[in-house]
Amino acid sequence: MPESRAVLEVDDVTIRFGGLTALDSVSFEIREGEILGLIGPNGAGKTTCFNVMTGVYQATSGQVRFDGRPLTKLKRHKITQLGIARTFQNIRLFKSMTVLENVMVGTDANSKVGFFDALFRLPRHRRTEAESLARAKEILEVVGIKARYDELASNLSYGDQRRLEIARAMATGPKLLCLDEPAAGFNPAEKQKLMELIRKVRDEGYTVLLIEHDMRLVMGVTDRIVVLEFGKKIAEGSPAEIRDNPAVIAAYLGVDEEDAS
Amino acid sequence: MIAERFSALPKPAKVLLVLVLVLFIYALPLLRPPLITTDQIDFGGVMFTVAIFALIALGLNIVIGYAGLLDLGYVGFYATGAYSIGVLTSQHGSWPFFLTLPVAVAVTMVAGVILGAPTLRVRGDYLAIVTLGFGEIIRITAKNVDWLGAAAGIKDIPHPNNIGPAPELPFDKGGFFAIPRVEWNGLIPSLDHEHATHVLIFGATDAIPYYWVILTALILVIFGDRLIKASRIGRAWEATREDEDAAELMGVPTFKYKLMAFALGAAIGGLAGAFYASGQGGYINPDSFPLLYSMLFVAAVIVGGSGNRWGAIVGGVLVAYLPERFRDFADYRFLVFGLALMILAIWRPEGLLPPRRTKRAKAAAAEIEALEEGEIEPEEVQHA
Repeated sequence: MPESRAVLEVDDVTIRFGGLTALDSVSFEIREGEILGLIGPNGAGKTTCFNVMTGVYQATSGQVRFDGRPLTKLKRHKITQLGIARTFQNIRLFKSMTVLENVMVGTDANSKVGFFDALFRLPRHRRTEAESLARAKEILEVVGIKARYDELASNLSYGDQRRLEIARAMATGPKLLCLDEPAAGFNPAEKQKLMELIRKVRDEGYTVLLIEHDMRLVMGVTDRIVVLEFGKKIAEGSPAEIRDNPAVIAAYLGVDEEDAS
Repeated sequence: MIAERFSALPKPAKVLLVLVLVLFIYALPLLRPPLITTDQIDFGGVMFTVAIFALIALGLNIVIGYAGLLDLGYVGFYATGAYSIGVLTSQHGSWPFFLTLPVAVAVTMVAGVILGAPTLRVRGDYLAIVTLGFGEIIRITAKNVDWLGAAAGIKDIPHPNNIGPAPELPFDKGGFFAIPRVEWNGLIPSLDHEHATHVLIFGATDAIPYYWVILTALILVIFGDRLIKASRIGRAWEATREDEDAAELMGVPTFKYKLMAFALGAAIGGLAGAFYASGQGGYINPDSFPLLYSMLFVAAVIVGGSGNRWGAIVGGVLVAYLPERFRDFADYRFLVFGLALMILAIWRPEGLLPPRRTKRAKAAAAEIEALEEGEIEPEEVQHA
């Protein structure tokens, strides 16, 4: 794939929680239009890394830049409005809202409709609402749950709930879409479908960051992979390079470093 | 189901039905239907209180039902609205009522923002405790500040301006025209011209014009509530209620929307308080706003069905009406009322009229249960 512009740069980021160093001088970048995989064993700092990108945690040192702009001290909803959207490892939908409404909360992220627009049904409200609705339905079509748009989110099957999470994140109109273990709890057939969906999402023009455990899924869908272990980046490269990287094999199989090298 | 039959009707029929119903509700204190009518105290006065409680429950429903913020000090806003009217029309000024009303609402809204800005950063139980304190602070402040009339309260709050020719007592009671009320002798109605309601004269003898004014306000607020709820604002509230962190990460400025819900709820509470202050008695004191009221307001919303505006209104109506209707039970009426609340909490924990969603979720749960027990064939349910 040709070298393209970096959407997000993680620059020498360190995070400490008290005595625990969750991330230790991690640097990598996500380029426009790619699917980047972020992998590592349990507790490697993947989700922490994710949280610092989306503003849930503040970096102890270092910087995360999005489109060249530092994200430090930005409110979380501002970061979303700038163009980073995420899903959650443990599904966090708005359970008592319908599927369509869940997605429309996402499209609302860029809405400029205020209180009086809504109260008096001013043109801005009507226009935005119609656009949101159309966009939401389009996205539901892409992820393949359009038929269930009027269902309560909590009544969806597990797989569809994961799809809805992706749809909701896509609806915020992100440049970068971060998926936190979207295949958790899936069987192989569902994982296959998810892979197709992730590719489809990329083809829609989103840049995707994928955190995943499942090696087959990661190898099958990503363009590049960054590997974390104990909060440090131990490898970065194409799926083929990562597959043969001894440090990665060691990290996953738990071999002593001396034996692996 | 009544709701389903109603939505199956053609549009003109629906409009007609709603109009007839609204007219009936306006005319209720004049019709004085047997069984419903309270015989020991003025039914018009009871209906006035009922309408105030309905308005309050509607306002609190925005805070509790939509945005999920447990506000245990709502009486504070009710008092703020009432005292704004008292101060401006009687204690320190003589503004006309309808000019003071928007000021009272604005003052209460500002009070809501002032209270909300620091406290809405805390969540759940903490918010409940802070707001509980607020209700008491307002009452105790009013009790100790001479400028607000201290413990004696504020007297002689003028009635709203009459609409129509002014009364020339003792014989001409004024107004455009008079509507006689219905007197029931068993099941036989007759017109009672002695106690006619003069349109639209606000006086100490007749509470019905006040009832009409507040009912009109209630209807306007219902329209506003509908419009706001069915917009991005309503969605933002619900998303925040469901999962505040997730909402924030989906681009919802949750704090802003919580504050908006809080301020709107406060404004509606203030509106109700303003009507109360200039009601029949024209007298308020700090003890008019006891802590118990906050509990009653919350009970109204929860009993009716938190998150459903009609549920909240029904809850408000019941909470205000039942104790008045069953005055016969005298000292036991609050016991009976409390028992009724408990029974309701056990049998209908989601309220008398739960939100459409709750009903749907329950229907889905029942379906799953039926599936598990093999009562219906699985092919009816895909994706299960």
